[in-house]
Amino acid sequence: MTTRQHDSSLYEQIQSEERFQELKRRFRAWVFPMTAVFLVWYLLYVVLSAWARGFMGTKVLGNINVALIFGLLQFVSTFLIAWAYSRHAARRLDPLADEIRHEAEGRTDVKGGTE
Amino acid sequence: MSHQTLSTILFLLFVAITLGITFRASRSTKDAAGFYAGNRSFSGAQNGLAIGGDYMSAASFLGIAGTIALSGYDGFLYSIGFLVAWLVALLLVAELMRNSGKFTMADVLAFRMSPRPVRTAAGVSTIVVSIFYLLAQMVGAGALVGLLLGVTSPAGKALTIVAVGLLMIVYVVVGGMKGTTWVQIVKAVLLMGGATLITLLVLGKYGFNLSGLLGDAAAQSGKGEAFLNPGGKYGTEAQGLAGKLDLISLGLALVLGTAGLPHILIRFYTVPTAKEARKSVLWGIGIIGVFYLLTLVLGFGAAALVGGKAIAAQDKAGNTAAPMLAEAIGRAVFGEVGGTILLAVIAAVAFATILAVVAGLTLASSSSFAHDLYAHVFKRGQTTDREEIAVARIAAFVIGAVAIGLGILAQKQNVAFLVALAFAVAASGNLPAILYSLFWRRFNTSGAVWAIYGGLASALLLVIFSPVVSGAETSLIPGADFSWFPLSNPGLVSIPLGFLFGYLGTVLSKEHNAAKYAEIEVRSLTGVGAEKAAQH
Repeated sequence: MTTRQHDSSLYEQIQSEERFQELKRRFRAWVFPMTAVFLVWYLLYVVLSAWARGFMGTKVLGNINVALIFGLLQFVSTFLIAWAYSRHAARRLDPLADEIRHEAEGRTDVKGGTE
Repeated sequence: MSHQTLSTILFLLFVAITLGITFRASRSTKDAAGFYAGNRSFSGAQNGLAIGGDYMSAASFLGIAGTIALSGYDGFLYSIGFLVAWLVALLLVAELMRNSGKFTMADVLAFRMSPRPVRTAAGVSTIVVSIFYLLAQMVGAGALVGLLLGVTSPAGKALTIVAVGLLMIVYVVVGGMKGTTWVQIVKAVLLMGGATLITLLVLGKYGFNLSGLLGDAAAQSGKGEAFLNPGGKYGTEAQGLAGKLDLISLGLALVLGTAGLPHILIRFYTVPTAKEARKSVLWGIGIIGVFYLLTLVLGFGAAALVGGKAIAAQDKAGNTAAPMLAEAIGRAVFGEVGGTILLAVIAAVAFATILAVVAGLTLASSSSFAHDLYAHVFKRGQTTDREEIAVARIAAFVIGAVAIGLGILAQKQNVAFLVALAFAVAASGNLPAILYSLFWRRFNTSGAVWAIYGGLASALLLVIFSPVVSGAETSLIPGADFSWFPLSNPGLVSIPLGFLFGYLGTVLSKEHNAAKYAEIEVRSLTGVGAEKAAQH
């Protein structure tokens, strides 16, 4: 790797700063619960598809049944979560991450490989 | 003009255009960043299209449409797993990987570990996963040409496999990541265009009344309402509990496998920043999501307008459902000539699809061979860019030749399970190692090695002792029976095992590098020290 020895201490320094800890908190506090939510929501769909076929086959509108709607809702939730994440990242994560990065790159030469 | 001739002409046109782009791209593949990562110069939108082109394989286009056409709703289960999986990539992997890695999956795994054992494990896993996936696509290409172009002799199919193999080698060897990415972008546009056109024509025929289309599909299928419910193919009531657990197992492998597929992961390195990596996944999710919605209409449309009997008569697995639908709807709307043209277009798109996917797989495996195994393990990092790329190009030749050889040998085998197996291996070995590396402070070399080999071995062994290999009529070795594991997809057991192995390997070793953890944590979240786009 192109990382030089003295970088490590810089990284540990940044890691110990309150600002970085705040960034890490904001990231994990959003991403971890949301991952649990969409995995459970998806598994619910798969489990119902395996064990609750009577329910899934219930007709709602013409030939459109619960299974189809549930499946389409998985698309909707995926699009919504993706959109919500990009909003969260742009508002709550990017400004802080950019600030830390610009400052660090001003402090010392930690540019990555430039080949 | 017959549809075969027209198909061939259109396909050759695609080949000519993509080869042109590839040779243009070869000018910027002189160094490692150019060859492996296309100089990190693609925009988020471009890379998003390429992600779609890399991911939407013939298995998802023809396979899912075919499954829906023949077995109804169950094909949709596949689509949903394939799509939701992208949230794992978006939330947990893409940006962090872009910030901390360089060219391959192993760059992230080996970041704070002892590099040689971890790179060896990651390289082996990358090549195994990619070859499985590659083999499924190659055999699919042979079968497809038989069906679409009327080539039925084994020699003719073998020739197709050779041609596909040679083309993918040229794309990768000459164009590197840049050439491969453009092939995938062009393919994604063609595939989306073709699928949208057929979908609109089908929906138009039904006055955009989805319920009417579904009703017709159910009536034509001869299965009635059951055709619109889950359980037509996976976890049927006849298969009992094992069948239902198998469905859960498949679902888990699909949703957790994507973010561990090496050919997908290296796409995140082709953009200049983590923000662009995020943008590419957002684009990818949009394109892939819309595509699977289109596939739903294609599948039910084929069931309604072509009919399961006619489809199964051409191909038992239903792989020709989408092309047959194109012909039927084309004829219904534009007359005989229209049918011929649409069939030819969809057939050519299907070949373009296969080519783009196999090129991505060949690139991922040859990059990992050259960068991980050759440069870092064998030469201990003492190589030049020029030497590394030369090795990568040779590796692409060798892997391509191996894929051609195996593809011809496996022609008569049913290798569709290999795609699901590749997802299972990726979810069991690669994903635990990636997530632990990025998020678990205590994780170490021993944990990474245990996770990768443990997950890989669990998935492979369970498949070997499953009905996929022996003990059933549809097994690879139908005569023998040494199966004791009842599920054909190992994910339900092997994924937790992979995570467990990673945990055990970690706690059983005292090694821990706090400084390097600080580095990967800061770097992955902020981009401090991340690889910059090359200036060319």
